[in-house]
Amino acid sequence: MDQLPLLSILTWLPIVGGVLVLFAARGGDELPKQIALGVSVLTFVLSTFLWRPELYTTATMQFEEFAPWIEAFKVNYHLGIDGISLPLILLTTFMTVLVIIAGWEVIQDKTAQYMAAFLMMEGIMIGVFSALDAMLFYVFWEAMLIPMFIIIGVWGGPNRVYATLKFFLYTFLGSVFMLVSLIYLYFQAGSYEILDFHTLGIGMQAQKWIFIAFLLAFAVKIPMFPVHTWLPDAHVEAPTGGSVILAAIMLKMGGYGFLRFSLPITPDASQSLDWLLILLSLIAIVYIGFVALVQQDMKKLIAYSSIAHMGFVTLGLFIPFTILRATGSLSGVALGMEGGMVQMISHGLISGALFLCVGVMYDRVHSRDIADYGGVVNTMPKFASFMVLFALANAGLPGTSGFVGEFMVILSSFKANFWFAFLAGTTLILGAGYMLWLIKRTIFGEIANENVANLNDLNGREFIVLGALAVSVLALGLWPAPLVEVMHATIDNLIEHMMQSKI
Amino acid sequence: MKATLLTIVLAPLIAAAIAGLFGKRIGRAGAHWITILAVGLSFGLSAWVLWQSMTTTAVVFDDTIYTWMVSDGLSMEIGFLVDRLTALMMTVVTFVSWMVHIYTVGYMREDPGYQRFFSYIALFTFAMLMLVMANNFLQLFFGWEAVGLVSYLLIGFWYKKPTAIHANLKAFIVNRVGDFGFLLAIASIVYFTGSLNYGEVFAKSGALTAGRLEIFTGQLWPAITVTCILLFVGAMGKSAQIPLHVWLPDSMEGPTPISALIHAATMVTAGIFMVARMSPLYELSEVALSTVLLIGATTAFLMGLVGVVQNDIKRIIAYSTLSQLGYMFVALGASAYGAGIFHLMTHAFFKALLFLAAGSVIIGMHHEQDIRKMGGLRKYMPITYLTMLVGTLALIGFPGFAGFYSKDAIIEAVHLSTIPGHGIAYFAVLSGVFVTALYSFRLLFVVFHGKERFDDHTREHLKESPWVVTLPLILLAIPSVIIGALTVGPLLFGGWFGSSLQVLQNHDVLAELGHEFHGPMAMVTHGLQQWPVWLAAAGALTAWFLYVKRSDLPAVIAEKLSPLYRVLDRKYYFDEFNQQVFSQGAQQTGRLFWRIGDETIIDGSMVNGTAKAVGWFSGVIRGIQTGFLYHYAFAMVIGLAALLGWLILAG
Amino acid sequence: MIGLSHYLILSAILFSLAVAGIFLNRKNVIILLMCIELMLLAVNFNFVAYSRFLNDIDGQVFVFFILTVAAAEAAIGLAILVVLFRNRRSIDVDELDMMKG
Repeated sequence: MDQLPLLSILTWLPIVGGVLVLFAARGGDELPKQIALGVSVLTFVLSTFLWRPELYTTATMQFEEFAPWIEAFKVNYHLGIDGISLPLILLTTFMTVLVIIAGWEVIQDKTAQYMAAFLMMEGIMIGVFSALDAMLFYVFWEAMLIPMFIIIGVWGGPNRVYATLKFFLYTFLGSVFMLVSLIYLYFQAGSYEILDFHTLGIGMQAQKWIFIAFLLAFAVKIPMFPVHTWLPDAHVEAPTGGSVILAAIMLKMGGYGFLRFSLPITPDASQSLDWLLILLSLIAIVYIGFVALVQQDMKKLIAYSSIAHMGFVTLGLFIPFTILRATGSLSGVALGMEGGMVQMISHGLISGALFLCVGVMYDRVHSRDIADYGGVVNTMPKFASFMVLFALANAGLPGTSGFVGEFMVILSSFKANFWFAFLAGTTLILGAGYMLWLIKRTIFGEIANENVANLNDLNGREFIVLGALAVSVLALGLWPAPLVEVMHATIDNLIEHMMQSKI
Repeated sequence: MKATLLTIVLAPLIAAAIAGLFGKRIGRAGAHWITILAVGLSFGLSAWVLWQSMTTTAVVFDDTIYTWMVSDGLSMEIGFLVDRLTALMMTVVTFVSWMVHIYTVGYMREDPGYQRFFSYIALFTFAMLMLVMANNFLQLFFGWEAVGLVSYLLIGFWYKKPTAIHANLKAFIVNRVGDFGFLLAIASIVYFTGSLNYGEVFAKSGALTAGRLEIFTGQLWPAITVTCILLFVGAMGKSAQIPLHVWLPDSMEGPTPISALIHAATMVTAGIFMVARMSPLYELSEVALSTVLLIGATTAFLMGLVGVVQNDIKRIIAYSTLSQLGYMFVALGASAYGAGIFHLMTHAFFKALLFLAAGSVIIGMHHEQDIRKMGGLRKYMPITYLTMLVGTLALIGFPGFAGFYSKDAIIEAVHLSTIPGHGIAYFAVLSGVFVTALYSFRLLFVVFHGKERFDDHTREHLKESPWVVTLPLILLAIPSVIIGALTVGPLLFGGWFGSSLQVLQNHDVLAELGHEFHGPMAMVTHGLQQWPVWLAAAGALTAWFLYVKRSDLPAVIAEKLSPLYRVLDRKYYFDEFNQQVFSQGAQQTGRLFWRIGDETIIDGSMVNGTAKAVGWFSGVIRGIQTGFLYHYAFAMVIGLAALLGWLILAG
Repeated sequence: MIGLSHYLILSAILFSLAVAGIFLNRKNVIILLMCIELMLLAVNFNFVAYSRFLNDIDGQVFVFFILTVAAAEAAIGLAILVVLFRNRRSIDVDELDMMKG
């Protein structure tokens, strides 16, 4: 396998597959669906070949591929992965398979195009996570907007135009500033190699500007308070599959960006502005927790809970400098950063699962309003078990993956400041509050109305999808060691970069 | 040993998985057989482990099962620590659980969720075992939350009942408040000692004593005190101490076997167990001990009073549980850890017995729980009556019964204690004895004696419960009588717990008591010359007078003391306060943040504001676009002229 | 002797006339087109004058280009005009404000 350009295959196979699906669209809906499933499964299987823990004991890039692309500007086609991109790529390929299966019967209109959009999306996202050339990264980063824009805009809900525009403008605004930074860095470094950027010396003033530009791009994507309001709207309007990919993977791009760009390229600016990031993260955790509590719309509730959980990611990533200032040692730094990474993966699985659960209910009742449900467990016991499991996982129950990242980040932030840990810890109460209240109102109770009385329990297809997610959530919660181990070397290397002044 | 311990833990888990996932396939009988056998196996092996631990004073087992993960040099593991304390807890937990399994066969006979129920209680046994067998804080927290989860699922077992699903939500969230403190305590421990393993943490407790936390600027608090109080917040949640007690009475919405198993005998005592386990830390902070003592004493007294005015048979016992948990914390606060654990054990037996007996009454009364609609049941349900009488006597501390030894030891220990607050605590626990006897016998008299206040329909069907129900009652009644006398010597004064419980020399009230201890019989005779026994007798007598002799009096008293009565009836308005301040407050905060913060400020003024600003600006600009060609041409020429002029003049 | 400046002045006058024509004319689009042609002519005039004066043939080559393009442009312009007239029954400049924002 070593000779194969595995990353290129993973990036382009789904995109080519997507085109194929489009061509197959004329032959009815069955063929395109089968091609899409085949391609996504094949991609997933191939991506598992990346999982070779022994390779990630060093911080060097693995599976590197290099080819000149636009020689005049020294833009190269350069791919490679390390311990932080690997889990995200696997998450991408895994979730895409589930999304394809989940959309099997639900999408009746323009099925082939739907499947094709998700396949292309998958290829582009893998491209983002494996690009080592800044321009290539940027191209993938922007390209990603197109399929998502189409997914929400075509298969979305009634208010989709507003949501897509908001989504597009928000994210686009952020990324334009990132482009400016990348071009500035190109002029400084003389190439678009991200790894060259890491070693580049930059003055404090310039670092701050670059940091803020990156922050705009990544904060919108994650999303952080106060640029988060596109997310609930986008989720509410997006079809189930769109919500899943949006929550499970696209939000992670922001966290990945911080790890790949902000922290190593502008460590000094990160250090001097980390208070802002920590403040915003804590606001996200507490403020959004309260907001989630009073949502009437299930998807909005989960969207808001996503924002709160992503607050843990940014908190974990930007806590190191405060720990260093408070204790004078680096103990606890890696814990926080790895916690942030684990939280990303776990949130990908759990939020994806929750959106799929809402999708299951929506497909039957055609409503996302909490008030339209009640007593679902009476008619859908299997489904109810899954929903309760994922809700508890989202509330951070030990034994599920939701606990791992939160636990690590809280342990780490305690070293920085008691109150950071205190505020972050409130998620234990708030998270349980909004998730279990949702469960109480939708799942438990007497059968609320005719619609609920006529519900059918999960079919085999839905069962497989939710079951696969449940197994992963539990496995990751009971034994997170394998996931954490592949990150060690990369995170340690990153911390080394962060602790060296670039001025 | 490792294989044995793994079997003890995994047998209930596997049984739970089978009963839960394949419930339909294995049927009702299959579900109860597999779980009863599995838990019975666990009990048998636990008893064997206990036996093993008796033969040696050393720690039986302290090792890692597997490494959960390692990050940043912090090793997080799943591992077991089995010493006498653990072995004792394991045996109590599995025994009570086993009894409850058997009892459930009768109690839940007609319930459609039969298999699910067995799956849950077996799962609970697994979680509780993980909790008590942990050798590190991670696993302790895992077990801690896992028992909370099962409790959540079981309180809401009858998910159609609105009160049940309200109660389980409340239970989980209140417990989460406790867990929140617990988690911060763990973070603090990791911060100061760099480890999660009990042994390593205790070895490095010096770092905690030396450590200071600046919680408010300028104020340095001893880390040990902060940590221990945070740990205690966790214990307050799980063991339902004021003000986090509100969930326990409501949890009675769950099926009665659960009330016996989880909300009386085992899970709610997890807090006691945890504080006892952490004795090497608590000993180092008098402030923390004092907090434990005072909160325990307050709960013991105030919750007992509430029990006097309740009318729901299960709620009375629930308030009694709260009060008894308070006693246990008082023991811990007085550094008499052994007495706390001892009371935990005796309480587990007689409280489980009381609940199961109450359940038997409820079966007989066709799920009627209001004691005002019972009365005179003695002749219909003799076995239930007798076992309940045994439980009641044990609870009030009748000399010779299990509760006598443990409660007397606690009261004596507080008496001797020098921890700040011991005076108030002593008063509270002493008056608590009277209250305990009052509500216990009130319950007994109102239910089993006096006039029959139920209708003929009920009377026709009223009969003693089947053997699966009464057998556990009898099996639990035996230890309720004898376990105290049998174990008081070694458990309290014999240093039986060895190194599991650590007490500083100057705190060691039990050792002081031990000088006067001359065997269980002597303790009884000594007890007869002490206040508690006579207070209990007075309580029982008062109850007899008020509820048998002059049963018209209680109403008159309630009338005369109506302000007091109302406060007790409303349970000191805790629920109302929580409802208004926390529940409503959180929702209003959320709504405020959402409507004002998100929708008005961010979306309204920033996001759509930007859009509106752009719209306004283009509205202004569009005035220039007249549509007439010659205007455009004119603009072009002017622009050209301006550019050229600038070029010439500036260049 | 007629010098370069004379040519330039003449071309400037022609250009100004054309600009004035564009501004002042409110009636007819055809006149606009003619004015544009006149502007191009003025520019051509400059090209030829400089070409002669600087002894560089390039200017005249440009003129040929411009003439060709101008012819094509006039043809297209007239065609548009015809379509416009067909649709609107008027080629009055004052009524042509469809580009209004």
